[in-house]
Amino acid sequence: MPSRALDGLRKLAGALASPLVPEDYLDLFDPLRSGADLRGRVVSVTHETPDAVTTTIRPGKGWRGHVPGQYIRIGVDIDGVRHWRAYSLTSRTHPADGLITITTKAIPEGKVSNHLVAGLLTPGTLVHLDQATGDFTLPTPAPARTLFITAGSGITPVMGMLRNRLGDLADVVHLHISPTAAASLFLTERQSYAVGSPSAASGPQAGPTAYRLLERHDDTDGFTDLTRDLDALVPDWRERQAWVCGPTGLLDAAELLWATAGLTEALHVERFRPTIIEGGEGGEITFLRSDISVDADGTTPILDAGEDAGILMPSGCRMGICFGCVVTLREGAVRDLRTGELTIAEPGDDLTIQTCINAVAGTCDIDL
Amino acid sequence: MTLAPERPLLSPTEPHHVGAVHAAAAHHDGSTRIRNATPAAQRPAYKKSGRPNPAAHLTPEQIEELGRELDAIQREVMDSRNAADAAYIRRIIQVQRSLELGSRAVLLFSGVKVKGIRPAWWLGTAGLSLAKILENMEIGHNVLHGQWDWMRDPKIHSQRWEWDFVSPSKQWQHTHNQVHHTYTNVLGRDNDLGYGILRVDPDQRWSLFFLFQPLWHIGNALMFEYSIAAYDLELGGYVARRKRMSAEEKAAFRAKAAETLAKVKAQATKDYLAHPAMALPFGGPSNAWHTLTANIVANLVRNVWANTVIICGHFPQGIETFDNTDIDTETRGEWYLRQMLGSGNISGSKLMHIMTGNLSHQIEHHLWPDMPSNRYAEVAPKVKALMAKYDLPYIEGPLLKQAGSVYAKVVRYSLPNKVEGRRRRDIIRLAAKKAWRSRSFGRFA
Repeated sequence: MPSRALDGLRKLAGALASPLVPEDYLDLFDPLRSGADLRGRVVSVTHETPDAVTTTIRPGKGWRGHVPGQYIRIGVDIDGVRHWRAYSLTSRTHPADGLITITTKAIPEGKVSNHLVAGLLTPGTLVHLDQATGDFTLPTPAPARTLFITAGSGITPVMGMLRNRLGDLADVVHLHISPTAAASLFLTERQSYAVGSPSAASGPQAGPTAYRLLERHDDTDGFTDLTRDLDALVPDWRERQAWVCGPTGLLDAAELLWATAGLTEALHVERFRPTIIEGGEGGEITFLRSDISVDADGTTPILDAGEDAGILMPSGCRMGICFGCVVTLREGAVRDLRTGELTIAEPGDDLTIQTCINAVAGTCDIDL
Repeated sequence: MTLAPERPLLSPTEPHHVGAVHAAAAHHDGSTRIRNATPAAQRPAYKKSGRPNPAAHLTPEQIEELGRELDAIQREVMDSRNAADAAYIRRIIQVQRSLELGSRAVLLFSGVKVKGIRPAWWLGTAGLSLAKILENMEIGHNVLHGQWDWMRDPKIHSQRWEWDFVSPSKQWQHTHNQVHHTYTNVLGRDNDLGYGILRVDPDQRWSLFFLFQPLWHIGNALMFEYSIAAYDLELGGYVARRKRMSAEEKAAFRAKAAETLAKVKAQATKDYLAHPAMALPFGGPSNAWHTLTANIVANLVRNVWANTVIICGHFPQGIETFDNTDIDTETRGEWYLRQMLGSGNISGSKLMHIMTGNLSHQIEHHLWPDMPSNRYAEVAPKVKALMAKYDLPYIEGPLLKQAGSVYAKVVRYSLPNKVEGRRRRDIIRLAAKKAWRSRSFGRFA
């Protein structure tokens, strides 16, 4: 169709749907159609270990695929409230069935992870998605010698790589650390990749790969400290391109090791929980677009603090009823002065808050 | 085909750039009215107008206790908002959009005559009227109050919603959420009290303009969406104060007026041009004409319905107005008290509540404007019991009774109050003479 005719149609559809957009009506029929906001439908949820599940999702037609090692943001409605989290994709990149999978381990106080692990996200539920993103990926061509170091749920992006690229990798050492054998994700599958295992010769990953699995369990092997143990476990680690994913302590140790060896270029890390935001009493408020920061105590409404700092704050009733002062909280924590309730925004959450009845609780970044 | 990805935002806020600075904010305590903890003095037995004060029997301590009890009711509901509430609003939205789509599809054949009547016109017009009422009342009004912001769904959010009404959402949010809900029924502060064109309380000053208010009232009801747009634009104030306005104020008004005109244009294009044009291929000009009249009638029906429901919220007999004194030092308890005494409910079936956008629970809505509308029914008996306990009048009645009471007031208060020793016709005659001499009608001068 010529583009002018298409433009005309678009204009007409817009005029017919105003003040909504045509999408709002099309969503009634097919929320997964191409051109819609990216969404997905849950197909199944299966347990990997007692505290981890793999969720299989059929993404909408707008899904553009992913590179192994990348993650997606997924928005799940829990008790009516939308929560966004990022999880690594563990599925194959061009699956025949068009499905994607993420694997989630329950973390203490984790709203979404516990919801998933408890089986409360039922098949058929619509979830909200973002396109895959992240640069924790393998290059092409693949490096000659590879080292993966993973701990806990840090295995998930690497599992995406192994499932898709194992055949390309000539020489792999994989050090995986977990509290117990029972809690170790995908253990059986990884063991089957290992050199000499009965299925390695005939399995789908059959190829020139030498995959050596170093499985460390805290309960039997004691705590694994990279600084102390890596030389013994992987004597040739300096000659390998390394991908490391796990808790902050592990990543910090790896970065220090590689930096000391002058090999920073060979290290790739994924911080899957980059910041831990905890609510405090008062703190620093940053108005991002104005580039102004102020310190405020735990009883000062953000609205007052902003106005004192000369920010053009939207405002209204100043008592929490009119929603005229709502702004976007990009990151940080605020506390409701009426109820003491804490609202925490992780990066990417972009929550809206009323500034007249919220005070900073730790730090907060406001989009103003 | 990819269509428009997002709703257009009508009021983009200009970023305000001041450069990098760091400062410590001064400590604020009590600057937000909700935390004013100083109880006021005992209320006088009579208001300025000489009418009895319905809360005179309560001590300041009792009023604060009432506030705490209301806070507890609110907490219970707000803490228990859940997936069922979210499912409710999504279902209502789905029903509304399906109804609108279905009605508009039926209206493609609005000109088709069967045995002397046009069944598609009647069916489509009824469906479209219902859809517009649902959109404005149970969905638009309540979403724009932020009742559903807690779901964190950008598609159902007070900052993003644009409603099927000529007044731009942002402007309506200012005059309604901010001015009306804050200064509810305060004489001289709450312009919703008669919308600047009606005198519905003897404490409102009479002028010659109000002599004809039964006419204004009917016109307002029929043209409700346009009068609300003019009202949200503060057109009356502009006309009156234009000559004394600074260039900045005038520019601000013109910017707002441009927003309103853009919205009016989009609404009119949709209802009176695009949809009738869609009917052309299905039956020619007669079809298009009947689709046009169907849209006009649906908008009229919605206007009259919305106006009828809304006048029942604050104008019926028994609802209080307040003097413009001390409200800046109002405590939480006093604020609640004013909201309760200044609002009235409509009794009726569940369907009635939905069609009024739960504004039938006006008292509960004014206590907690951001509470999800589907929860007002459950708190209403508790509020009613609490008001009975404190010996306060809980005003409610069926729609016809409440609306009838407002129509009676519109007629009664079109005349000036009775004053000892003066005939009302003399007051009117004097006002008319003055108006003639000053060539001013009395209202917007």
